[in-house]
Amino acid sequence: MQFLSYLVRGISLGSVYALIALGYTMVYGIAKMLNFAHGDIIMVGGYVVFFAFCQGGMNPWLAVILAVVACTLLGITIEKVAYKPLRGAPSLAVLITAIGVSYFLQNGAMLLWSSEPKSFTSVVSLPALNLFGGSLQISAETLVTIAVSVVIMVVLIWFVNKTRPGHAMQAVSEDRGAAQLMGINVNGIISLTFAIGSGLAAIAGALLLSSYPTLVPTTGAMPGIKAFVAAVFGGIGSIPGAFLGGILLGIIENLSKAYISTQLSDAIVFIVLIVVLLVKPSGLLGKKQTVKV
Amino acid sequence: MAKKKKMSKSARTYLTSFLLVAIFYGAVEAIRLSGNLSSKAAGLLIPVCAYIMMAISLNLVVGFLGELSLGHAAFMSAGAFVGVFFYNTAGASLPRWLAVVLAFLIGGLAAGIFGMIVGVPVLRLSGDYLAIVTLAFGEILKNVLNSLYIGVDSAGVHFSLKDQFSLNMEPTGKVLMKGAMGITGIKKFSYFSVGILLIVLTLLFVLNLMNSRAGRAITAIRDDDIAAKSVGINLTRYKLMAFVSSAVIAGFAGVLYALNFASLVAKKFDYNLSINILVMVVLGGMGSIPGAIVAAIVLTVLPELLRGFSQYRMFIYSIVLIVMMLFNRAPAFVAWRQRLGLKIRNKKDGSGVSSGNAKKEG
Amino acid sequence: MALLEVKNLGISFGGLQAVSGLDLTVESGHLYGLIGPNGAGKTTAFNMLTGMYQPTEGTITFDGVNITGKDPEYISKAGIARTFQNIRLFSAMSVLDNVKVGMHNRVTYGMFDGVFRTKKYHQKEAEMNEKAQKLLDVFGIGEKADYAASQLPYGQQRKLEICRALASDPKLLLLDEPAAGMNPNETAELMETVRKVRDEFGIAILLIEHDMKFVMGICEDITVLEYGKIIAHGDPQTVANDPEVIKAYLGGDDD
Repeated sequence: MQFLSYLVRGISLGSVYALIALGYTMVYGIAKMLNFAHGDIIMVGGYVVFFAFCQGGMNPWLAVILAVVACTLLGITIEKVAYKPLRGAPSLAVLITAIGVSYFLQNGAMLLWSSEPKSFTSVVSLPALNLFGGSLQISAETLVTIAVSVVIMVVLIWFVNKTRPGHAMQAVSEDRGAAQLMGINVNGIISLTFAIGSGLAAIAGALLLSSYPTLVPTTGAMPGIKAFVAAVFGGIGSIPGAFLGGILLGIIENLSKAYISTQLSDAIVFIVLIVVLLVKPSGLLGKKQTVKV
Repeated sequence: MAKKKKMSKSARTYLTSFLLVAIFYGAVEAIRLSGNLSSKAAGLLIPVCAYIMMAISLNLVVGFLGELSLGHAAFMSAGAFVGVFFYNTAGASLPRWLAVVLAFLIGGLAAGIFGMIVGVPVLRLSGDYLAIVTLAFGEILKNVLNSLYIGVDSAGVHFSLKDQFSLNMEPTGKVLMKGAMGITGIKKFSYFSVGILLIVLTLLFVLNLMNSRAGRAITAIRDDDIAAKSVGINLTRYKLMAFVSSAVIAGFAGVLYALNFASLVAKKFDYNLSINILVMVVLGGMGSIPGAIVAAIVLTVLPELLRGFSQYRMFIYSIVLIVMMLFNRAPAFVAWRQRLGLKIRNKKDGSGVSSGNAKKEG
Repeated sequence: MALLEVKNLGISFGGLQAVSGLDLTVESGHLYGLIGPNGAGKTTAFNMLTGMYQPTEGTITFDGVNITGKDPEYISKAGIARTFQNIRLFSAMSVLDNVKVGMHNRVTYGMFDGVFRTKKYHQKEAEMNEKAQKLLDVFGIGEKADYAASQLPYGQQRKLEICRALASDPKLLLLDEPAAGMNPNETAELMETVRKVRDEFGIAILLIEHDMKFVMGICEDITVLEYGKIIAHGDPQTVANDPEVIKAYLGGDDD
């Protein structure tokens, strides 16, 4: 029963990773860059919800929507200011810039809101679920997190496959030059990708903090890196891959935390990354560098 | 552009680098002799030397090879822990100077082996993955060291990844490493001249390497790896050469740094340190050894002087990183600077620019 | 026995047959051309010859040795050198260093020698400097040895790329669209350069080109590709009058 409880918590943690990984994998597949700062956008989203809802008393739904809007704008701005000018430069340059943006966000948050931990109130106000006569309790946050990420994944798959912008994203991911020649607004598509990824990060932030309610400027960094591991694990560029990778990684991490130690659970997550890259670099579901289903 | 009248570019680099070190050494000794060296400043001397070595060695990978390594602190850590562990155990029964020399050699070797373990599988990967994987290795090492307990008693050596008590030792047993508390009871060995000596050796190694056939191969890989392959350069071999060399130097830096303190914890060698070193390399100019030296000194000393700004430090660093990348690498800026340079050159020697308007980049 | 024997070479990318049934024979000391409309598979063929791509069918025999599917390092050591469609120089290095890199596998010494500056290091470096300078002088860019490669005008960059290729002492030189982006003067100069390479260095040259005047002017033997297959082969006159070739090029060729 304990095991089931850990497992479910692991799936919930994994769902958060999945949401973040979706953003990573889309940006990597379409803009061909590793957005190091992605995890920190989660943190920004968290702070917006904190000030709006936890402290400000706004309706939690509205607060999350506000966070989504804020993070979307932030993501688009970052792309335009820091990443777009470096298209065509060696990828080392944009990687370093992304690290710079990540640190900028973290330290900016520290200056604005101090590094004192803030206590986050869950945006979920449903009761916990009691199964098997009370011996297995699943928190509402856990359930909502899983449900939300499943819904979002389904919507994303539909979007990428059945809508014109979605098709355009696939085209840009496959061959940017050809897409441009076909009249696709490549800049717009890239901005859209960052927008979607950042919006998802905001939701991920709200849900992450609802389950793990300590908010500091570095809250997003580790989940961001682990979500990247999840994206690679599942297959970079593949949406179901990001989802699968996220869930599996969350399970692996939580079980390691429960049965081995917290310290080593992080190490195990990274060992997963290394094993994947050595054995099957394209990940579980990935094939090429395209956004596909 | 001036021709063979001036000193060659490489000779200038050697001169500038050694001059900088000489000035640094001279200035510190002058201040010390005049009695104005505060104990706080004295305490910074060895760390500065270690960071200079770290910046030069990271430059090998980031500046000369052109790959992003985000786990450089891990090599420093590996060298520090292995070297100091030896120093504290087997080294305790040896004459001090011998224990120190062996500690350095063993630490450097350990870092080099770790560099091989990381490098061999990882250098095949594309740059983005390499960055994350080096970061991952750094975190793995830090976490493992934080969980590692080592003890020795009459029955032998005991290991545990859980806690001190799982070592199951006799009461007379001695705990050599205490997880997150690391290694304690280090007999300090802290001499500025040793630090300077190590910097000089590092400079000789790196400058000699880069100005040789192997160095040209490494730079060629950075500039155009497809062209490098086409002239028969074995990419893996030279990538590994740069990577492992930089790891060994970082290992030496780690031992130097660790022997300066009475205790050693893994927490000191974290992602933040790796980023700090990266900022030094970027700020000093990727591929510039003199730049790395200056940046390492400035970025270590300045925060101590401007204590009031310490909270803004990382924030400013982050902006520096972004701005430097944009100005130095963004195609639009690079083209603008080239046009500027062309204008100046035209004015100077009056010759026009010939048909150089076809696309040059591959 | 011919220097290079290519038999039935082909490659397919995920179901798309880019090249098939390619036969080529190259003798030492002669100049060959490989032409065809855009997308005909010429650069793909080069990439197979130099080990960048693995052929899915056929064989490549060079100097009696089967080199099919070997990697670029092996092929370079075996004696095939190339230039690229979009010039690939080591832009941050000096002109002289670019050539010295070309000698990487011909004049060698180890990491130890480099770091510890042994006698061998000094000897070999001097040897490299001398050889590289000579090569640059032959092509008229010796004065610019200390310039950064990116500072050279376009035509000289192309010459430098050829110098670097020659520095590896090849038996076969592959030139991928060497005249691309050049004006008529530069093209004429390049033709002289290429002829000189064949005459003074005695090696075989196989080149891809779109500039018909260039090809017809210096190539002794021409193979024409279309959609990855050979549609004509022979001396310039024969090929120029071949109806298949004319049909393939209908719609303009020269830029």
